[in-house]
Amino acid sequence: MQNPFPHIIEKNTFWVSSERCCWWEEKNTLILSDLHFGKTGHFRKSGIGIPPEIYKADLMRLMAQLYFFKADHLIIVGDFTHSSANKELDHFIKWRKDFSSLKISLVKGNHDILDEKWYSAADINIFDKSLIIENFCFRHDLKVERNEEIPEEVNYTFVGHVHPGITLKGKGRQSLKFPCFYFTKQYCILPAFSLFTGTYQVERKKNETVYAISDNQLLHIL
Amino acid sequence: MIHSKGYQIIHQWLSGKKLRPFTFQEQTWKQILNDKSGLVNAPTGCGKTFSVFLGVLIRFINEHPHDYKSITNSGLQLIWITPLRALAKDIGRAMQEVVTELDINWQIGIRNGDTDTAERNRQKKQMPEVLIITPESLHLLLAQKSYGYFFNPIQLIAIDEWHELLGSKRGIQVELAITRIINCCRKANNKTPLVWGISATIGNLEEAKDVLLSPVKQKGVIIKAKMDKKIEVESIFPDEIENYPWAGHLGIKLAHKIIPIIQQSRTTLIFINTRGMSETWYQTILNICPDLAGSIALHHGSIDMELRTWIEENLHTGNLKAVVCTASLDLGVDFRPVETVIQVGSPKGVARFLQRAGRSGHSPDAISKIYFLPTHSLELIEAAALKSAIQQQLIESRIPMMLCFDVLIQFLGTLAISDGFYPDELLAEIRSTYCYQDISNNEWEQILHFITSGGRALNQYDDFQKVQNDNGRFVITSRKQAMRHRLHIGTIVSDAMMKVKFMTGGYVGVIEEYFISRLNPGDVFTLAGKNLEFIAIKDMTALVKKSNSKKSIVPSWTGGRMPLSANLGKKLRETLNQASGLNKNTEKEIKALKPLFLLQKKLSHVPAENELLIEQIETKDGFHLFVYPFEGRLVHEAMAAVLAWRISRLKPITFSFAMNDYGFELLSDQPIPIDDSNVYELFSPDNILEDIQRSVNSTEMAKRKFRDVAVIGGLIFQGMPGEKKKARHLQSSASLLFRVFSDYDPGNLLLRQAYQEVFDQQMEEVRLRDMLQRIQNSKIILTFPEQLTPFCFPVKVDSMREDLSSEKLEERIRKIQEQLPVK
Repeated sequence: MQNPFPHIIEKNTFWVSSERCCWWEEKNTLILSDLHFGKTGHFRKSGIGIPPEIYKADLMRLMAQLYFFKADHLIIVGDFTHSSANKELDHFIKWRKDFSSLKISLVKGNHDILDEKWYSAADINIFDKSLIIENFCFRHDLKVERNEEIPEEVNYTFVGHVHPGITLKGKGRQSLKFPCFYFTKQYCILPAFSLFTGTYQVERKKNETVYAISDNQLLHIL
Repeated sequence: MIHSKGYQIIHQWLSGKKLRPFTFQEQTWKQILNDKSGLVNAPTGCGKTFSVFLGVLIRFINEHPHDYKSITNSGLQLIWITPLRALAKDIGRAMQEVVTELDINWQIGIRNGDTDTAERNRQKKQMPEVLIITPESLHLLLAQKSYGYFFNPIQLIAIDEWHELLGSKRGIQVELAITRIINCCRKANNKTPLVWGISATIGNLEEAKDVLLSPVKQKGVIIKAKMDKKIEVESIFPDEIENYPWAGHLGIKLAHKIIPIIQQSRTTLIFINTRGMSETWYQTILNICPDLAGSIALHHGSIDMELRTWIEENLHTGNLKAVVCTASLDLGVDFRPVETVIQVGSPKGVARFLQRAGRSGHSPDAISKIYFLPTHSLELIEAAALKSAIQQQLIESRIPMMLCFDVLIQFLGTLAISDGFYPDELLAEIRSTYCYQDISNNEWEQILHFITSGGRALNQYDDFQKVQNDNGRFVITSRKQAMRHRLHIGTIVSDAMMKVKFMTGGYVGVIEEYFISRLNPGDVFTLAGKNLEFIAIKDMTALVKKSNSKKSIVPSWTGGRMPLSANLGKKLRETLNQASGLNKNTEKEIKALKPLFLLQKKLSHVPAENELLIEQIETKDGFHLFVYPFEGRLVHEAMAAVLAWRISRLKPITFSFAMNDYGFELLSDQPIPIDDSNVYELFSPDNILEDIQRSVNSTEMAKRKFRDVAVIGGLIFQGMPGEKKKARHLQSSASLLFRVFSDYDPGNLLLRQAYQEVFDQQMEEVRLRDMLQRIQNSKIILTFPEQLTPFCFPVKVDSMREDLSSEKLEERIRKIQEQLPVK
């Protein structure tokens, strides 16, 4: 892993990690999105033999990031799990017990369809639409429903959902796609944490910051 | 045979119609009566159906000489596999006519995607004596519980249009189904049904027969229909060859020349190589000759099925003057009114050209007439090459695919949802097919492992569930999975398609999703000959309205760019021999190209058959190296990459590539170090496989191949075309799966297969090797022209095409050409 990059928003420092998450220094909080836990299990249950190692790899990476930053709070901005409960999620519960001091907050995404009981068993705090901490808002996607009110003090929002990716063009019609962090003046779209996810192409506009992730290296796209 | 009752009855029946059997039909009957399997080699429209079908009837009558008229419900006697749904009805009708007239109580059934449920259920209760079926529907039958019961009485399995199926994964489906049916029969009544293929002429007929008969374990016979159909090829020449574009792909400039041809013949088929180009041609013909409106139609794979059927019906009745079409009309029943065929651009192969020519002139001694319209000057050589190839019957082979694990995995799933299978027993069966004769125990174990435990050892947190081992019998018990499997039986993987519909209702056709996704509301595009304004996407359907806009985007459909066949390439090289010395035997096409050849000779060289021409040209773009092996675009692509890699080891240098069917180009910003001292070494066949792997981005290519493999192997669920995506949580893209497997399960069989397919088909490794061998034995000629030559011109333009719209491109071709002196 490469050393994280500091990205400053509203005088707070968010350390962008090449492992597809970022650490909020002032609050000692790890922020990430779209883990899609249980996705390989869901596929395997349906007879599609996805290598289960990829789930284990995701879990190990999460653990490594928590140890590295020594975070005591984990915010997941949606799609923590992929589908209905399965054995991979049982495995997660077992893992959770070894991290009992960690506080986990989940802002629900479209894939988070598990029973309330499961979340309480996993000791996860649930937020339906958004979680607000000081001037920062954490939600799954940018779309605000009509009856929903965002407090005025919110100056910056972190979201996930789209699995942003960026295409870098090289010579000779070559192009490569990478997952990325996408920072604008008002919001940040986080990359999907899970390795078993595709990407949706975004385009960088003026005054926006994009960090592409290539083989555990961060590339600051200017 | 002639004394048998069956023969006499059939003979009488034919005489009553003032017909006599053809020799090849009688030969086939005789072999069928002698319990032989084999292959009938006959073109369409000359009684090939009756060769096999009447043979089965004769046999039936002989076996029941007294009560053949009264026996009913004999069960399935003949299974007739055909690649085309559209053919089923006509074949069925013809067969029904025979049994009715002979007063035999046989039912002729059809089973394919169009068959309704009621009919299917009727068939399930009582199988008709003859079942006309597609390979996919046959596999669906194998997915039914107790399917063996249907197949036990079978006397003969016929495979129509075998040349179309051979060499594709559908062909492997046929191989697997035949094996299974044969073994069902053997087990039930210790009898092996006969297997008969029917094929048009291909280069490897013997092999075609062997593939089919592999599970019968019989040498079998080939029966050839001796029907020398006269084919007349005529080129359409530009008035002034000097002013005709040296490069291009549309040929629109000659469009006015085909109007009289259309007007003079009853019905004309105009074959265009791609769907996009066919749209443009249709429009152009209408613009030049508005009188044709209403009597000309456009037919390609993206046009609404109903409209296509309507066009086909009107072709039968002769109501249409001309149809602009693509490969969509290559196959199928004959349209008798068709008198003339026009081929626009290179047909890329001798077999395809012959097949298209054969679509005209159907009465027994009529001449098939085909016009060749070149899309650029040099293409005229192809007309000459084709003529000589036809004369020598130099027709391409269809190389059977080997060890396709994806098809096998799908087949195992099919058996697992019906009656299940016992692996050891089944392995012996699988090995009796041509495709899987060399499957190793290890590969078989891996496949079983993949379908039973998802490829990896189980651990306590695993949910994998698919095929289960139930006391040695391998079965799928989940109804959900069984249903999903049934929906995905088949090996034709299409791009995600979207229906196109008018706001006011009414279908236009289907179009690739990715094309629609790049449109903005208000954009105008062309489909089915109509200019349409895109409005919105709703329920996975693109809504459009008619537009009067003059400008429109012609969709470029993916695929479709076939490479030149090896046979045609060889002929092209031979034909160029004529260019160096013109005499009275020289083909008209070559004579017409004289000014071009003279210029080529003046600037560089016209290569003879035993020469390889390499041109090195410096322009303001940089240093160009043009090589002309005439081996088709795919081989050139691989060769360009290998050559670039080999040169880059001499000195650090980067290239960009371009290629067409005749040659390829390397372009660099510095001089390319190639001369007589190293050129043979650079084209050496030694270490070619290693060099391919190092040079070509085979990973990228394999990724593209992996999509089909993953769909067939059941890793990706496509959902039904146009339908809302089902099982959303099971969606994943092929490129994602490719990455996941490459990272976490690199030994996976399906992944390996994707790479193998790249080497075998994409790069045509064997052909590449043959080419290098040939080059070693030929003379390499290096020239240093001062400017672009007529030969390099089309290659150069092909590389520009990617960045330019076609209008701009034509403009640029004209400008460049103007700068070059001709004469």
